[in-house]
Amino acid sequence: MTLETAGLHYIGVREVKGSLMVIENVSGVGYDEVVEVVMADGSKRSGRVLEAAKDYAIVQIFGETEGLDTQKVSVRFTGTAMTTPVSIELLGRMFNGLGEPIDGGPKPMFEDKRDINGAPLNPSAREYPNDFIQTGISAIDGMNSLIRGQKLPIFSGAGLPHNKLAVQIARQATVLGEEEEFALVFAAMGIKNEEARFFIKEFEDTGALERSVVYLNLANDPTIERIITPRIALTAAEYLAFDQNMHVLVILTDMTNYAEALREISAAREEVPSRKGYPGYLYTDLATIYERAGRVKGKKGSITQMPILTMPDDDITHPIPDLSGYITEGQIVLSRELDAKGIYPPINVLDSLSRLMQKGIGKGKTREDHKNVSDQLYLAYSEGVKSRDLARIIGEKGLSERERYFLEFANQFEKKFLNQGFYENRTIERTLEIAWEILTVIPKSELIRIKEEYIEKYYPREVRVEEER
Amino acid sequence: MSEEIGIIDKVSGPVVWASKMAGAEIGEVVHVGEGKFIGEIIRLAKDTAVIQVYESTSGVKPGEPVYRTKKPLRAELGPGLISSVYDGIQRPLEVIREKTGYTITRGVSIPALLRDKKWFFTPTVKEGDKVLGGDILGVVEETSLVQHFILLPPFMKGEIKEINEGEFTVKDPIGVIQTKEGRKNLYMKQEWPVRIPRPVKERLRLVEPLLTGQRIIDTVFPIPKGGTAAIPGGFGTGKTVMLHQIAKWADAKVIIYIGCGERGNEMTDVLKEFPELTDPKTGEKLIKRTILIANTSNMPVAAREASIYMGVTLGEYYRDQGYDVAVVADSTSRWAEALREISGRLEEMPAERGYPAYLPTRLAEFYERAGRAILLGSQQRLGSVTIMGAVSPPGGDFSEPVTQHTKRFISVFWALDKDLAFRRHFPAINWITSYSQYVEILKDWWVKQFPNWYRDREEMLSLLTEASRVEEIAKIIGESALPDDQQLTLLAAYLIKEGFLTQNAFSEVDSYCFPWKQSKMLSIIMEFYREAKKLISKGVSIDDLRGLREIMGLVRMKEKKTSEEIDEIWRKIKDKLEQLAKKEVEVIL
Repeated sequence: MTLETAGLHYIGVREVKGSLMVIENVSGVGYDEVVEVVMADGSKRSGRVLEAAKDYAIVQIFGETEGLDTQKVSVRFTGTAMTTPVSIELLGRMFNGLGEPIDGGPKPMFEDKRDINGAPLNPSAREYPNDFIQTGISAIDGMNSLIRGQKLPIFSGAGLPHNKLAVQIARQATVLGEEEEFALVFAAMGIKNEEARFFIKEFEDTGALERSVVYLNLANDPTIERIITPRIALTAAEYLAFDQNMHVLVILTDMTNYAEALREISAAREEVPSRKGYPGYLYTDLATIYERAGRVKGKKGSITQMPILTMPDDDITHPIPDLSGYITEGQIVLSRELDAKGIYPPINVLDSLSRLMQKGIGKGKTREDHKNVSDQLYLAYSEGVKSRDLARIIGEKGLSERERYFLEFANQFEKKFLNQGFYENRTIERTLEIAWEILTVIPKSELIRIKEEYIEKYYPREVRVEEER
Repeated sequence: MSEEIGIIDKVSGPVVWASKMAGAEIGEVVHVGEGKFIGEIIRLAKDTAVIQVYESTSGVKPGEPVYRTKKPLRAELGPGLISSVYDGIQRPLEVIREKTGYTITRGVSIPALLRDKKWFFTPTVKEGDKVLGGDILGVVEETSLVQHFILLPPFMKGEIKEINEGEFTVKDPIGVIQTKEGRKNLYMKQEWPVRIPRPVKERLRLVEPLLTGQRIIDTVFPIPKGGTAAIPGGFGTGKTVMLHQIAKWADAKVIIYIGCGERGNEMTDVLKEFPELTDPKTGEKLIKRTILIANTSNMPVAAREASIYMGVTLGEYYRDQGYDVAVVADSTSRWAEALREISGRLEEMPAERGYPAYLPTRLAEFYERAGRAILLGSQQRLGSVTIMGAVSPPGGDFSEPVTQHTKRFISVFWALDKDLAFRRHFPAINWITSYSQYVEILKDWWVKQFPNWYRDREEMLSLLTEASRVEEIAKIIGESALPDDQQLTLLAAYLIKEGFLTQNAFSEVDSYCFPWKQSKMLSIIMEFYREAKKLISKGVSIDDLRGLREIMGLVRMKEKKTSEEIDEIWRKIKDKLEQLAKKEVEVIL
C-alpha cells in the first residue's frame, strides 16, 4: 500500500489554518507520515500527518504557509514517517531545524536514515548512570553533580547567564580518569541569532566545533520546525552514542520555545487545553525528548542531556519547568538575586537538585566525604538564608549568636564557593577543600550531617586564609 | 471469519476509530492494523468502536483491518511472575530485550509467563477431594522467598479426579477436575481481567501495621496491612526515594512496584539495586519478592493507563494465596494524565483542569482494591493488599484535582514538603499537614511491645505543633528574644527533626530502623525534653543547656546499631543534666 501511495499527488486543499492543512478525498494515508508540499511558486515545504481518516487528512506544515494558494498547492504523501540521515560525517557540520545543511557544505553522505521519533529504550536494557562528570563548577560538582547519561536541565530566566554556564560546562566537562572528550550535539530552538553565534564562536574557539553537530532553528525561523529540531538532534545523538560508541553531550535550548510551538499546534487543532493553554499531553511529549538520554547495557557510548529552559516570569511552577522537573533527573536553577549580587554562576543551590548524584559520588568515585559535605552545605546554607531573612526584619544586631554565624556562613558560601570565574576549572578536591574551609565558620558541633570520622579526617587543621583571586 | 474483522476509519495519536465492529464489547482487546498493534475498545456506538492503542500508531492507515479477540485485557497469573519486569500490558521486558535489542519495537507479542520453563509442582489435594474456587491445589517454590500456591480459579468448583506431582510448564495440565459442566484440565496458569477486582469472601478490619522501617511512617503516620496511602509532592521532594524505601523494606511478602509514566533510569535503579539488597528479616535478596511494572513516560500512553490495573491484579493474585502484598504506584498523576489525554482525543467534555469527569470514580475503584480479607475457598485464610500511590501535583500545589480526589479515597496522607526538601530534611514528610487515620487502631500493636510509644508520640506531635507556632514568633523578633522555655521548645523540636524525623535512605545503618530502635530513640529524646523542662523551670538557663556538647549525641543515635550504644549516649547526657541540676541547687544555697 505504501508504494502505491508514495508519489501520489493531490492538487488543492480544503482549508488552511495556521500551520494546519486539511486535504480531502485522499486514501491510504498513514498517521504520522511525511508529506511534501509544493506551493504555487514551486517552493517546497514538508509536513506531517496529524490525523488520518477515510476521506481526509490533517497535515501540519513545517515552514511558512503565507501565500499558500489552496487551489494550486500540490501535496505528495511519502508513505514513511519522518527520518533523518545519520553518519559520522555529521560531526563538524551545521544544519537548519529540519536537518538541511546551512554551512555551505554538501549534504553529508549518510549511512542510514533513522525515524526521528526514535523508539523508547527498554527500561531493562538501560544501564544506571554512575560516572561522575567533573564540570569544574563547584555548585554543580559539589552539590548537584552531573552524571554521564543524566538529563539535567538548566532552569533560567530571561537575561540570566545560562548560555555562559552551558558553554562553560561543555568546555570543561570531563570524566575523572578518562581522556576522551564529549561529542557535542547542539540544538537551538527559537533562540536569538546573537545567542546562537555566541555558542558557535565558543565552540570554535575551544576547538569543540569539529566534534559537534549543530542544528539551528532561530527566532525568525518557522515556529513549527521547532517540533522537529530536538528530535532530529537526538536521533543524531543516539547514532553517535550507540552506533559510534561516543559519549555525547546534548544541549537543547530553549525548551520553552519548543513547548510554545506545541501549544500553537494544539490551539490550531482546537484541542482541550490543560494548564495555561498547553495541551494535556505536554508531559508525555516532553518525556519523548528528555527520556532519550542515558546509557545502554553492552554499549560504550552515552547521551547526557542538558536542556535549557527560561522560566516565564521566573516562575518554577509554570507548566514548562514544572513538567520538565518531573521528567528530568534534577535541575540547575539560576537566581536573579544572586546574579544581581554579581555572583557567577548564579546557581540557587536550594532549588537545584541532581537525582543521580547519589550513585556517582563517594569513595572510589569522588571522595568518601562528598555526600556528607554536600548535605551539610545545604543545611547550613538554608539556615543562613533563614537568618538573612530574619535580619531583614529585626536587624543583624537582633540575631542570636547561632543565627549570626549561619548568616556569615551564607555570605562566605556565596562569595567563595558559588562564585567563580568563567574560565576557572576547579577540581573536585578543590571544591571540597573550599567547602571545608567555609564550614569552619560554624562550630564543629553543628556539623551534624557529617560522620564523625570524616570530621576527624578532613576538618582543616589550621583555618587557612583564602587568598583572593 | 469476516464479521470478526473491523476496518479503521480514522487515526489520531493513540486513538483509532473503526467500523464494522458490531457485537464488540467495551474493554475487548483488539489487534489494530497490519502490524497487529494491541489495543482496547473504550467506546462503542452502533458498529463503530473507539480503540485506545497500546503502541505507537505511526504509519497506521484508514482501511487497515482491526482483528477482534473477544476477550478483555487480562493478566496471566502463575509461577514466574516474581522477579519479572513487565510493561503496562504485561509484556516481559527482559525477554523482549533478548529478542529485539535495546529499544522496544512495535507489535511484539510475547506471553507474560515463560512457556518452556519447568516448575516442580507438589499437590496438597488428592483425588476425590472436593474443592472450591480459591482453594489451594498445590505449591511451587517460585523463589527462595515465595512459595507460590496454585489456586483453583474463582467461581470454579468440583471434585479432583487426578492430580500429579512433578515438573510442569505453565501449559502442561497438572490434573483433572470434575465440574458440573464436565471434566476440565487443571493448570498452574490462570487468567484474570485486570479491570475487575478478584473476589474475596469477606473484607476485614485492619489491625496490624505494615512496617517500613521509616520512622516518619511507622511511628508518626503508620499504615496498616490492607490500608491505602497517598504520597503527594512536587518534583525534587523525594517521592521516588521514599517509595523505593517502602518497596525495599516493607514487611509484605510480595511487592508490586508500578513505574507508571516515570523516568526510565528510576526503573533501572530498582532493577540494579534489588538483586543486590537483602531483606533485613530473611536475609534473602529483595528481588525475590518483587514484581516490577515499568511503563516509563516515553512508552505509549494507553499502556500507562492499563499499568495500574495490571499491577493491582497481580497483587490480588498473591493476596489470594494468603500473603500480605504491598502495591506501590509511582505515579498516579501520570495515570490520571493518561486518562486525560485519551479523554481529550475522544473530545469528551472536561471537568476540572481538562481531566475527565470520571477521574474520581476511577481513583476510587483503584484504591478500593486494597484491603484485608478472608479469602475464597473452603478454608479460613487471610491476605491483604496495601496500596501506596505517589501523586505528582503540578507546581507542588495540593489543591489540584488528582491530589484532592485521591484524598477522598485514602486513609494515610504523607504530604511531602518543598521547604523541608530544600533543607535536605529527608524524608520531607510534613508533620503538620500529613495524617494517618489508623493511629488509634495500630496503637495496640505498638503499646503491647513498647508501653511508652503512644504517650511519647502524642507529646512529640504537640511539641512540634507548639514549635511551629513559636517559630512564627521567632521569625519576627528573633530567637534570642524568646523566653527560655520557648527556646527549649525550639531546641527540642530541632532534636526531634534532626535526631528522629530525618532518616538517611542511603546510610547503611539508618536506611532501615527497627521498631525497638524507633521507640527507644523517641523515648530518649522526649525524656530529655521532660528533664530539660524541669531544669529550666528551676532556673537553669537555656544557654547552659545548649552548651552541653553531649546533646548532639541525640542526633547521632540513628547511626548506632545496638541498644547499648544508644543507652550510652543517653547516660552521658543524663549525667550532665544531673550536674547542671546540682550546680543550680548550689547557687541557690
